[in-house]
This record gives sequence, structure tokens and C-alpha cells, in this order.
Amino acid sequence: MENSSIEVHNLSVSYQNVPVLWDIDFSLPKGQIVGIIGPNGSGKSTLLKAIMGLIPLASGNVKVLNKNLSLVRDQLAYVPQRETVDWNFPASVEDVVLMGRYKKGNLFRRLTKIDKVIAQESIEKVKLEKYRDRQISQLSGGQQQRVFIARALAQGASIYIMDEPFVGVDMATEKTILDLLIQMKEDGKTIIIVHHDIQTVSNYFDYIVMLNTRLIAHGPTNEVLTEENLQATYGGQLNIISKIQSIIKEKEFPLREKGFEDK
Amino acid sequence: MKETIIYFFTDSVAFKVLIGITIISATSGIVGTFSFLRKKTLVGDAIAHSLFPGICLGFIFSGTKDPFYLMSGALITGWLSVWLIDVLTAKSKLSSDTSIAFVSTFFFAIGSVLLSFISSSTNGNQSGLKDFLFGKAATMSNEDINVFVFLSLIILLIVILFFKYFQLISFNKEFAKSIGIKVNLIEFLLSTITVLTVAIGIQSVGVVLTSALLIAPAATARYWTNNLPKMLFYSALIGVLSGVLGVFISSTKENMPTGPWIVFILFFFTLMTLLFSSNRGWFSMVRKQRINRKKMAEENVLKVFYQLAELGIKNVTYSEFLNKRQMDTKELTNTIASLIKKGFINNDFQFFKLSEKGEVEAARIVRFHRLWELYLTKRLNFKEDHIHGTAETIEHLITPEIEKELLKELKFPKSDPHNKIIPY
Repeated sequence: MENSSIEVHNLSVSYQNVPVLWDIDFSLPKGQIVGIIGPNGSGKSTLLKAIMGLIPLASGNVKVLNKNLSLVRDQLAYVPQRETVDWNFPASVEDVVLMGRYKKGNLFRRLTKIDKVIAQESIEKVKLEKYRDRQISQLSGGQQQRVFIARALAQGASIYIMDEPFVGVDMATEKTILDLLIQMKEDGKTIIIVHHDIQTVSNYFDYIVMLNTRLIAHGPTNEVLTEENLQATYGGQLNIISKIQSIIKEKEFPLREKGFEDK
Repeated sequence: MKETIIYFFTDSVAFKVLIGITIISATSGIVGTFSFLRKKTLVGDAIAHSLFPGICLGFIFSGTKDPFYLMSGALITGWLSVWLIDVLTAKSKLSSDTSIAFVSTFFFAIGSVLLSFISSSTNGNQSGLKDFLFGKAATMSNEDINVFVFLSLIILLIVILFFKYFQLISFNKEFAKSIGIKVNLIEFLLSTITVLTVAIGIQSVGVVLTSALLIAPAATARYWTNNLPKMLFYSALIGVLSGVLGVFISSTKENMPTGPWIVFILFFFTLMTLLFSSNRGWFSMVRKQRINRKKMAEENVLKVFYQLAELGIKNVTYSEFLNKRQMDTKELTNTIASLIKKGFINNDFQFFKLSEKGEVEAARIVRFHRLWELYLTKRLNFKEDHIHGTAETIEHLITPEIEKELLKELKFPKSDPHNKIIPY
């Protein structure tokens, strides 16, 4: 696709030989809020990590803005799940948000005034200016989530990739994040969000990717969010795949035979 | 002790030992902070044990105690242990703590075998190797200290240069990867300087105890600050204080090992911090509990005064009070004295009476108590005879915001489940 933010081709990922993502193929539009949805263990977070180049691929490739990831890394900002870090780390809100200004080129140098100003603006965008000097362990879960989003904002990217930003947050945070997403979309940013709550899908997202190890469907939310697709994503049809997954695990079989790569 | 200190500052050899231990412990404190933050403190211990066979091999290979050979050997086996722990954790079904314990003891066993081999050989130069077990700062030669100081300075330079990298991978590895940092390379660098740091600490603190110098200063410094650069500084400071004091004390007697003394003093610092730290320490917890207890006693006394006033007794004597509610007499007199001081109670001969201010405060507590009882029965379906106990505690905790919500939820009720009037 000419105008795609992210393209994924024949992507497979396995953990210890068990396939977690199986031959995934799609491309996502620019400037929209995209939801990646599916049940627990369907490979949503793995897909994000594969797109960000954080884990090795068993096969396939990913293009960001029609280029290889390494050429456009500055255009991507990643918001990991909140529980993946220890919030007891000695740092203030500002310290964490300033990490968003860390780039390969400036890690040996001091941060500039401009970096500090951008960090301050990002903190204001998520409405945490009162907590700028607060130790991060003294924040609520929702506030911690906003710190992570502020750090991504400080990166000044054009594509934002967020892993479950709505999990365990309070109403105020949910509202702040939603308003912010709409603002970002108006500024032409692309936002890709892993999400598992089906209730809110049609309110939050313009475009969705439905996933359960295999790609079930992708497209504009109003076209793709059908009873049939939901059944396929969350229903029991994929039992056979999970059975095969466990057989592969038991016998330590490779997902693909070596030397027989698809062309 | 005094003579020892004077000796260290006047004798040039001893003074050099002091400089050496200062730089070594500062480096350990700083590098250890990152081990602590990355939750890799046990790896530090494993590294220390694993350096032992390397030192023995260095000695066997070179036939001398030249620090270059000993350090090279230490570096190799130290690194091997880090690698082995990673491989075992990632590729086998062993958990990381099992892998660490396994590697640590295995390498130490090899070291012990090598040491006995050296001891039984005819080479007469080996006598000092045993000092590596518990550490003896005084055995550091001039050359040793020069090498250690040089290496320490390089390590400190690396920490300063790579500060942002180390901070990032200690806090959020995935994020570091996402901005294109080669996390494996940075982890390799961090592990290498950790191995080096332990290696230069071993001669003064010893194989068995050197991980304490890596871990205890950082763990203690974490109590003192929430800022990483400050934490690094405090950690270095605690390391230096313990190192220097340990050297002083251990030199007062011949043949006294340095390592155990350094660890004793480190432990003392940690203990003091656990006890006295201003916000998380044990004493501040006890103080908070005492304040709570006093607050509860005062509020309970005011409440009894209110209840007695409801029965028509406005001028209360001690015996009337104690008839209404059992209370330790000493605590009662103290509490009443404190309430008089605060202006909640007026005293006239043996009679005590709520002041205007006291009536408002007493009504507030009774209101909380009765509102909570009502809430428990109405919303949480508690039986009437089960509610008094919890209300006794909760009445001291309810904030004005919660009171507002309770009132809204219960629609400004007139009386509680026991048909007592709720005062507003």
C-alpha cells in the first residue's frame, strides 16, 4: 500500500518453537487510531514487539513507512505495558519523560534546554504538571500510565505504539488518554493500540486488526467488527491451532522446515 | 585505634593502602547500584566466587602474584560465570536463582581444588593466596594498588560516559531496545565492569564477602534518596566509610582479616538506616503508630463526653467517665490533660466539661461512628450486633471527603441503626 504506516508480510513468531503468530499479513493506514484486539494469549503484544523489532522473527518482514525499521526508528514511539517495569526505580516523573529525549545520537551528551522544554510540554499534555518532581512509585496506576505516554510524546515520533494503555487506569486517566489520542490524530499521528476490552472497541478505534495467533480480519471498525469475526477471534474455532501448538512444544518440532522458505 | 589512624596517615605504604581501599569501595558502591537496580545482586555474589579459580589459574600459569596475571585469570572465569548463568537460565529449565547458586558453588569448588593443588606444590610463593578468601587489605602491594586505582578510574569513567545507557537498561530494557540501543552490548559492558569491580575488591574484602561491598551500600542508599545520581553518590560514600573503617579496625591486631570488618560496618550502616530512615524506617513507623494511638485515645474520650452529655451528664468526673467506658487510668488522665491543653475540655475542680470547640469535635466523631454503622447495615448487610467493633476503628479514619460521600449515599439520615440521633 502506498500510504501505509505499517506493513507486515508473512510474519511468524515463535517462543521456544511454539508459534505465537502465524503467517500474519496486513497493512495499516496512516493518521488513524488502530486497535489490535484479540483474547489473552492471542499474540497481540508479540505483534507489537515484532513491529518494533524487539524480538526475533521466525519468518517474514515488517516495513514502517515503506522502509526498513532501522531507517525510520525515530518515527516510532513505544509505550510498553505498565507492569513491565519496577516503579520503585529512583526517578521522578520528569526523569522518566526526559528518557523520551534520549536518542542514539545524544546519549553521550548532556540534554539541552530544548529537551527539557519538550519534556515539560509532554508532561502538561498528560496533565501531570503538578507531579513533575514526584517519585514515580508514589503515583497511581493511571498516573504511571500517563508518564509512559508523556515519554512517548517527548520522542516526537509520527507513529505511536501502545501496549494496553487502558488496563487498570482510573476514569480520569482514561478520559485524558482518549482526548489526547484524538488530538494526536488531528495532528496527523498514527496510533496503534493493543486492546482487549471488546465493549469499547467501536468507540475508540477507526480501524482494527483482529488477531488470534492467525489474522482473523483487518479493516475499518464499522466494516470488520461483525458477529462472525468476533466469534472467530474469541470463539472456540481455534482449538485445533492450540492443540497443534502443544504438540509442537512437546515434540520440539520447528514451525518451518529449514531450507523450505516460502518465496 | 588512635595510633592505628595516625600510623595510616604518616606511613606512606599504609597511606597508599588507605587510598586504594577508598577508591575500590567507592567503585563497588557505584557499580553495585546498577546491580541492585537491575535485581542482579545475587549475580555479584556468583561473580565473586567464580573469580577465585581464575586467580588460582593466573598464579599457576605465571608462577607469580603479579596482579596483571591474577586479574586476567579472574576476569576470564568471572565472565565465564556470567555467561554460564545466562545460558543456563535461558536454555535450561532451571530458574535463575538455581542457575546462580549452581554456578557460584561450582566455580568456588574448582577454586578450592586449585588452591589445595597450589598449596601442595613446591612453589613457596603461594602463601598469600589464602588471603583472597577473606581479604587482607594490608597485603596489597604498591603495584597492586596502582593497578586497582587505574582500573577503578577507567570503570568510573565508563559509568559517567554511559550513565544514560545504564539508567535506561536498568529501568526499562524494552524501551531502550525500541529506540535502537544495542541492549546486549550495554549489558555486556555492565557485566564486564561488574566483574572488574569485584576482581579489584577481592584482595581487600575476599571472595566470600566481596558481594556485600557491591550490594549493601546500594540497598542502604536507596532509603536515602529517590534520585539516581544522588543514590550513586551516597552508595559510594557508604562504601568508602565502611572500607576505611574496616581497614582501621582490622589493622589493630595482626592477622585480622579486613573483609569481615568491612561487612560488619556495612551491616551496621544498613541496620541504622532501616531503623532511623526518616520516611521508611522502623522508628518513624513506631512514631506514626504512637501518634495514631494518641489520636484514637483523644477521640474516644471526646466521644464518651458526648455520650454522657446525651444522658444529661455535662460535668463529668473521672469515676463517671470510667463507669461509661473502661480505660487505663494513666492514659485517661494524660489524654484529658492533652485535650485541656488543646482547648477541647474545660476543667473546674474535679469536673470536666466539653468546651464549645470540644462539642463540635465530639459531634464530628460520633457522627462518623453512627454514619459508618448505618452504612454497614444498609449497604453491606451487616447484622446490627456486628457493627460496633469496626465502627470503633473506622470513625478515626473517615475523612471529610468520605463523610460527604456517605451523607450523599445515605441521604442525610436522622438516626443510626440503634436509633441514636446522628448529630450534624
